[in-house]
Amino acid sequence: MAKIYSTKTLAITTMKPKKETISFLLNYSKALSIIKVNKMSFEVIAN
Amino acid sequence: MAYLQITDAILVKKYVEGDENALNVLINKHQSKIFGFIYSKISDRDISNDIFQDTFIKVIKTLKSKSYNEEGKFLPWVMRIAHNLIIDHYRRNKKMPMFRETEEFSIFSIMSDDSLTIENEIIQNQVEIDLRKIIEELPDDQKEVLMMRMYQDMSFKEISEITGVSINTALGRMRYALMNMRKVIEKHQIILTN
Repeated sequence: MAKIYSTKTLAITTMKPKKETISFLLNYSKALSIIKVNKMSFEVIAN
Repeated sequence: MAYLQITDAILVKKYVEGDENALNVLINKHQSKIFGFIYSKISDRDISNDIFQDTFIKVIKTLKSKSYNEEGKFLPWVMRIAHNLIIDHYRRNKKMPMFRETEEFSIFSIMSDDSLTIENEIIQNQVEIDLRKIIEELPDDQKEVLMMRMYQDMSFKEISEITGVSINTALGRMRYALMNMRKVIEKHQIILTN
């Protein structure tokens, strides 16, 4: 019984998003610029 | 990693000023908490990733448009965005539920084909033909009540009004019709199952 409870769990306890998601967000952030003209704002994505 | 020591408020300020690395630090610092929070509500890794991504797209847009004001703390603000996106996700899914195949749940358990196979269809037709033949053997008054009740889906009140007998008589005729049909079925050993 003790053995069952003392073995390390195989599942990863800390949940993290995919690396691709993070890398997408960082690239998106680099590409995005928001220009405000008067009361309007324009989103520009540099590709 | 001196960046990790810096408070969120300063990182946000740096990012707004154009330091892209500050965003990297902010994401790395809080990714487990935010992703864990989303996953705890969604229980699906792919959808959680999508919501995590949408959350940060909103964060990036708000920060870049300089409309973020540090009223509260950064993390609770991001959590609130994630929370709203989770609600949106469930609202969307309520209209169009999505099922995903897992080890415990098979998609085929809810996707069954109700149409009969060719063999079952032939049997079904045969059963109906047999049944019609038996009904034809019934006395006219019983046959009339049974046809109205079973094939025309009429209530006994309606049947009694049309045939001009009392409800009790109509009920009695129905009862006798069924009893007679059972007798014929037993006598000829007709199998009326598919």
